[in-house]
This record gives sequence, structure tokens and C-alpha cells, in this order.
Amino acid sequence: MSTIKKSNDPFWWTLFGAGGALSAMFVPMLLFLTGVATPLGWVEGPSFDSVSQVLLHPVTRLGAFALVSLSLFHWAHRFRFTLYDGLQLKHLYQLIAVIYYGGAIIGSLIAAYVIW
Amino acid sequence: MSYTLHHPKWHRVAKPIFWWIRRWAYIGFIFRELTSVAVAYFAVLLVLIYCAVQSGPEAYAALMGLLAHPAMVTISVFALGAVLYHSITWFNLSPKAMVVRLGRWRVPDLMIAGGNYAAWFAISGVIAWAYIIG
Repeated sequence: MSTIKKSNDPFWWTLFGAGGALSAMFVPMLLFLTGVATPLGWVEGPSFDSVSQVLLHPVTRLGAFALVSLSLFHWAHRFRFTLYDGLQLKHLYQLIAVIYYGGAIIGSLIAAYVIW
Repeated sequence: MSYTLHHPKWHRVAKPIFWWIRRWAYIGFIFRELTSVAVAYFAVLLVLIYCAVQSGPEAYAALMGLLAHPAMVTISVFALGAVLYHSITWFNLSPKAMVVRLGRWRVPDLMIAGGNYAAWFAISGVIAWAYIIG
């Protein structure tokens, strides 16, 4: 006889997967340009006017929010399991889940507030 | 252990915290999991950029100045290495997570991973083009 425990893992996994895919597609080039190429003077960064024009466009805002929020959920999910497996903290299961997913939710709220 | 005098001993070997350091495959696994920190770093950076853009040209210039600090460039270079590793491992795994069937024909793994890489290059190209054109 087995008892089937209902799990909400698929829900978190979906957010993790969406964040993983989105960040894999977009983050390397964006980080390369903003964090490495522009500061080192390899390329000239766009002017403030064009940056604000692009970033404050409603479609960009929506995309940026999705990227930030899903990336945070991606991080929360992966880091949670790194702590379980890497540091053997499985006994703190609930506490860790609450801290990390809660952190991602709060981070998403802050991102929504800042982006709009 | 006087208080569990007749308790059967669990047959469980305690694992050291750094169990993953003994094999390259395990180190790669932990490193892959830790790339999520770099992904989160960029998420925070993007929010900071929005913050600066909303506050005006001076705040934006100040943030760009901060990003040009050698310590920040070093962090960005490490983060870039990590997100590249994330992208590559992600796309290589994509055929395992995504099985596409057209009728009875299963789309080969190589085509799914290849499609992901093609999309990645295209998106990166468009971003770079838009950024450099200004």
C-alpha cells in the first residue's frame, strides 16, 4: 500500500524551467554588453535617451519584468536543491523553501514596483 | 548514547558536506547549480538599471561609473562565465526535457538542441545589433 502525497513541486519546476530558458537565451549577451564590453570600452554604450526610450517602452517593461521575476524563481529553485544536496540540509526542507520562494516573490514585487 | 540503549542503529553512512569534490562530474553539477546565482545577479542588475533610468541621466551615469569599477568588472566577468555555462548546459539538456513528435516521427535530439542554439545566436545578435546601433 502506498500513499500518494500531493506535491506542489511541478508548479515551482515550471517557474524554474521558464526562468532557466529565458535567462539562457537573453542574459549572456546582455551581461556581456552591460557588464564587460561597455565598462572596458570595447563598445560605446547607447545614449541615456535611447536607453530610456527602449527600456521604458511597455513591451520592454513587460519582458524585463518576466525576465527578472522568472530568473529569481529559477535561482530560488536551483539554490534550494543545492542546499539540500550540496550541504545536506534536507531536514530544513520547509524553512529553506519558504525563505527562497518567499525571496523570489518579494524580489518580483520590488521589480514590478521599480519597473513601473 | 545511553538514552537509546536498545535502539537499532540506522544503516546510514554520514556523507561529508564536500562529497561532490571527488569527481569532476559532481563538481560540474554543483557548479551548474551555482550558475543560478549569476542569473539572479543579472536580475538584480537589471532592476538597478531600471531604477537609474527612472531617476534620470545623473543616476544612470553614476551606475555606469560603478559598473566600470575594476571590482564590478571582475564580478561581471565571473558572472558571464557562469551564465554561459548555464546556457550551454541548458540547451544541451533541452532535448531530454522536450520530446517533440510530429506524427510518429520523433524530432532528433540534435535538432532540438540545434534549434535552441540557433534561437540563442539570433536573439544575442539582435540584442548586440540594437545595443551598438544605439
